[in-house]
Amino acid sequence: MSNYISHDHEHDGIDRRGFLKCMAWAGTGVLWTISGGVLVSKTLAEVAKTGSSLPTATDLSFLQISDSHIGFNKAANKDVTETFKIALDRINAMPTPPSFLIHTGDITQLSKPEEFDTFDQILKSCRTKDVFYVPGEHDVLNDGGKMYRERYLKNVQGKGSGWYSFNKNGVHFIGLVNVLDLQAGGLGQLGDEQLEWLENDVKGLGGDTPIVVFAHIPLWTVYPQWGWGTSDSERALGYLKRFGSVTVLNGHIHQVLQKVEGNVTFHTAMSTAFPQPAPGTAPSPGPLTVPAEKLRSMLGLTSVQYKQGTTALAVVDTTLS
Amino acid sequence: MNTLISKIKIAAVLCGISGFSVLALAGEMKDTGTDGAGQNKIEIKDFAFNPQTITVKSGEKITWINRDEEPHTVVSVEKQFKKSPALDTDQEFTVVAGSPGTYSYFCSVHPKMTGTIVVKQ
Repeated sequence: MSNYISHDHEHDGIDRRGFLKCMAWAGTGVLWTISGGVLVSKTLAEVAKTGSSLPTATDLSFLQISDSHIGFNKAANKDVTETFKIALDRINAMPTPPSFLIHTGDITQLSKPEEFDTFDQILKSCRTKDVFYVPGEHDVLNDGGKMYRERYLKNVQGKGSGWYSFNKNGVHFIGLVNVLDLQAGGLGQLGDEQLEWLENDVKGLGGDTPIVVFAHIPLWTVYPQWGWGTSDSERALGYLKRFGSVTVLNGHIHQVLQKVEGNVTFHTAMSTAFPQPAPGTAPSPGPLTVPAEKLRSMLGLTSVQYKQGTTALAVVDTTLS
Repeated sequence: MNTLISKIKIAAVLCGISGFSVLALAGEMKDTGTDGAGQNKIEIKDFAFNPQTITVKSGEKITWINRDEEPHTVVSVEKQFKKSPALDTDQEFTVVAGSPGTYSYFCSVHPKMTGTIVVKQ
């Protein structure tokens, strides 16, 4: 395969062929990146070395971290605080710091106050101070999310069980909660009240407003046998159909999976704590124990870049190895 | 009497610590002591209740033990008995079977996990 670029619609040095090559990398779990034609593929380590920022001209960049599971101490990772710290070190090493962070849930393993405390303490080392959260099921285990909301929704106008939206650089961000009031036999769930709020929230927005939706459990059906999906996500996506660019960022499954459907890009992030098996490859979705030297290659974070005038956001995954 | 009486015991087996509390959804509380413990064990492993359906006699204990590295809960679908707290690895949860009937339950953290208790006279 030659390396010349035959089609470069976005003038970003990437064409379909380059994109497909990156897709091939995905299988190795090293690095991959994608988004409807706009694609950036540099590891954060490379960026640190060359001193260049990820995209050459960017209006907005933010980072997604997920599934830190502070308090977990089993074989799959005996020191999740250490790997979380490494993730923050990577963020701090970026020559152009991200505008803010998004944490897509499972901050803690067991919703314990001391686990939240440890997380907050470690996070103080991060140069980027603005963080937006959505809860994972591990953060709302015993109190319906009360403690989570008291700690992590101070800077937003949280509605209902904690959903909200905000605008940054012309991009509309929507944080959804799909880990509460789950029904026996079912999947993740948003519920009527949240869906009605969502419908109203986007009503006044022009179709050319880029939308970023983030929630813990995937808003697409990844693998229902393991509960990896959200039962009423179709209705939510229905309200977003008219928008030209929708990026959906999820966690929960501790691995990078991605799908493009029309104008919607679905993407799941790696955990900073431990990997989980690929769908259907193990008896259960429980923590996956890999050889110690391999662990950090299966943990990571996600960088998202938005350049005004482009059709989609660029999503870049980087491992901790 | 049409009440379900439950007793909950969470034991941190590895630490050798055991907490103890008695909960009842409706009606009077009843402490049956520890006799017969272990008769009706449900193991939680690989995100499943095993056995998925258990048949017990009214008054007998039912004990779940979590063998996963993931927390799980035991929650009555019809809210017929008090839900368990999140059970970490090797933690147990015990209820005492009340009135005869069929009780469906699930894990509220992983709702795909479901089970059934059939209580006979």
